Amino acid sequence: MRMRLFHRSLIAILAAILAFGTVAQAQPVEVEFWHGFTGALGEVLEGYVAEFNESQTDYQVNPSYKGSYADTMVAAIAAFRAGTAPHLVQMFEVGTATMMYAGGAIKPVYELFEETGVPFDPEIYIPAIAGYYSDPDGRLLSMPFNSSTPIMWVNLDALRAAGLDPATTPLETWADVRAAAKSVVDAGAAPCGVSFAWPSWTQYENFSAWHDVPLATLANGMEGLGTELAINSPLHVAHLQMLVDMQAEGSFTYGGRGSAADPLFSSGECSMLVASSGLLARILRESTFEWSARYMPYHAEAEGAPQNSIIGGASLWVMQAPDRTIEEYSAVAEFLNFISTLEMAERWHLDTGYLPIRFGVYEKLEAEGYYVENPGRAVPYQQLTLNPPTENSRGLRLGNMPEIRAMIYEEIELALQGQKTAQQALDTAVERGNVVLRNFQRTYE
Amino acid sequence: MRRRTIFRNKLLPYLLLIPQLAVTIIFFFYPAAQALYQSMLFEDPFGLRTQFIWFENFQTVLSSPLYLEAARVTLVFSVAVTLGAMAPALLLAVMADQVIRGAAGYRTLIVWPYAIAPAVAAVLMLFIFHPTIGQVGQGLRALGVPWDYRIHGGQALFLVIFVSAWKQVSYNFLFFLAGLQSIPKTIVEAAAIDGASPARRFWTVVFPLLSPTTFFLLVVNIIYAFFDTFGVIHAQTQGGPGRATTTLMYRLYRDGWVNLDLGGSSAQSVLLMTAVIALTVIQFRYIERRVHY
Repeated sequence: MRMRLFHRSLIAILAAILAFGTVAQAQPVEVEFWHGFTGALGEVLEGYVAEFNESQTDYQVNPSYKGSYADTMVAAIAAFRAGTAPHLVQMFEVGTATMMYAGGAIKPVYELFEETGVPFDPEIYIPAIAGYYSDPDGRLLSMPFNSSTPIMWVNLDALRAAGLDPATTPLETWADVRAAAKSVVDAGAAPCGVSFAWPSWTQYENFSAWHDVPLATLANGMEGLGTELAINSPLHVAHLQMLVDMQAEGSFTYGGRGSAADPLFSSGECSMLVASSGLLARILRESTFEWSARYMPYHAEAEGAPQNSIIGGASLWVMQAPDRTIEEYSAVAEFLNFISTLEMAERWHLDTGYLPIRFGVYEKLEAEGYYVENPGRAVPYQQLTLNPPTENSRGLRLGNMPEIRAMIYEEIELALQGQKTAQQALDTAVERGNVVLRNFQRTYE
Repeated sequence: MRRRTIFRNKLLPYLLLIPQLAVTIIFFFYPAAQALYQSMLFEDPFGLRTQFIWFENFQTVLSSPLYLEAARVTLVFSVAVTLGAMAPALLLAVMADQVIRGAAGYRTLIVWPYAIAPAVAAVLMLFIFHPTIGQVGQGLRALGVPWDYRIHGGQALFLVIFVSAWKQVSYNFLFFLAGLQSIPKTIVEAAAIDGASPARRFWTVVFPLLSPTTFFLLVVNIIYAFFDTFGVIHAQTQGGPGRATTTLMYRLYRDGWVNLDLGGSSAQSVLLMTAVIALTVIQFRYIERRVHY
């Protein structure tokens, strides 16, 4: 009898302690953050997230890698349809139009800050970046985070091995680059002279901006859904024809779609690579030769070149879900606040090759002499802001851009295989791309 | 009086079948019905704006020359993979059947490729055949062969066929070997006594008796070539260069996942399902007649 009473009271006391303990400790509000970073970049980002989590106890952000940018986008959309969308998702810049028109699926960033009362100043971002992610009224829809721009990485040791002095060899125009690449390949200094990653981004989207020619009508789609592609202009065709000729003579080797060509530079295979400025982290880790960063080459015949380049990379979008609470949105807002401070923007720029997206960061580092000590690190920012943007170089907003990019890849490859002329390939790309744009227009009008 | 076994319990058979039926309904019939429904919609990726458009998606898909191109690629690909997987498997099975010493060792090794996941096999072969970092790739280029599957469509198609067939050889080998071993030795010996040469013995006696296995493997291999080769193509060539390795399955994936055209992709999957069902029905009706059980 006594033992039973003792046991019962013991259990009652333990239960009370547990219940009290649970009530006393409030669970932090959890936020799901999906991103598309692997390797060095993923580690840096998840490090920042860990810092945020440790700096306070109200909120906890759970980062997870969901695959490449394209895979992350698809995963987020599928999750939304299932009602389990993440709170925050990193979406690449070409998904902007699809996300912008998504209506009830996303919560624009300016609305998020208004509703949660977290203070935020949209004027902190440089125009090239803010303009890309804002609606026509200038209100910020997504949070800029990692913006890059393509530059040309140059293997100085390979140039020297081919008998070219990097200090005096001109590499400004495509004609210069072609000649240098040919010398490198002929001398056997590297198997591949020049190549590029993200063919559509570097050779069409940025190419058009850099040469101040339209990528698409209606200011590259910024001014309306009735936009049409313009990548079969004489300049675009001449450029593709040049690439076909360069491949035939051996100075250019096609590196594949997406980021497939990225490893070709740090491995020493290609002596010059037009690729994202964000490749810096990888080059620092893997390359065993002396390298430098330069502006992308341009065609001297084009009057408007060089104009300025446009951004790539990604931004952070807030997603809606049926049972999302204001506390969860507050958690997201606080996290966005955390990573957009001047200090964090500077750290992100220094740790990776991504651009300093806030006013003040570039100027501060310049004043400190950072760019003198680290030549090449200022090149992306300088190229991006070389001139005030024109209608052709503010950025682009084309619906279903991933699909259009895939079409451009296909047509370029057919031209490089010799199955079509450059003119035919680009005419077909325009035709197919316009069908996609009309479908997008039909969905939203 | 003949004794017939009558199963008294009327309910038990159905109860025993329910788990299997449930799995079939949930994982096959329901998604198929959903695909059929979605194929008649025009919607944005998020599903927030949908319009019912009847058969317009089917019209768009079937009238696209690129779809017909993908169908052609799929035909070439499936025939090549099926032949490429079955013929070597038959040869290996015949040889393994005759070996006495180390038979278990050979069988184990031949079966191993089947255990490798498609994407892993694809990446493995990618590294072997890569023009600049692969042993075979470098070797071919050293011999003067212009080997670069990133640029030449025919080479890319050859590569994905090779890898897909290689993976499936093990599966076919197992079944062929089992089939060969179930053929009574007495029949083959009788043919030998009658004076038939080994080749004659094989083609007139063994092969017809192997026909149930061959028929089964034909059906399975064709379905494999249509559907399960997606992983290999995605890991190696992503449907490129140009559209050289874009099969119907890969095109379906591209339209659904990358282009987020769910209506068009569902229409394609309905068409593909219909095509494979028709193919299987034809096989059962016409080829099965020639199978000796």
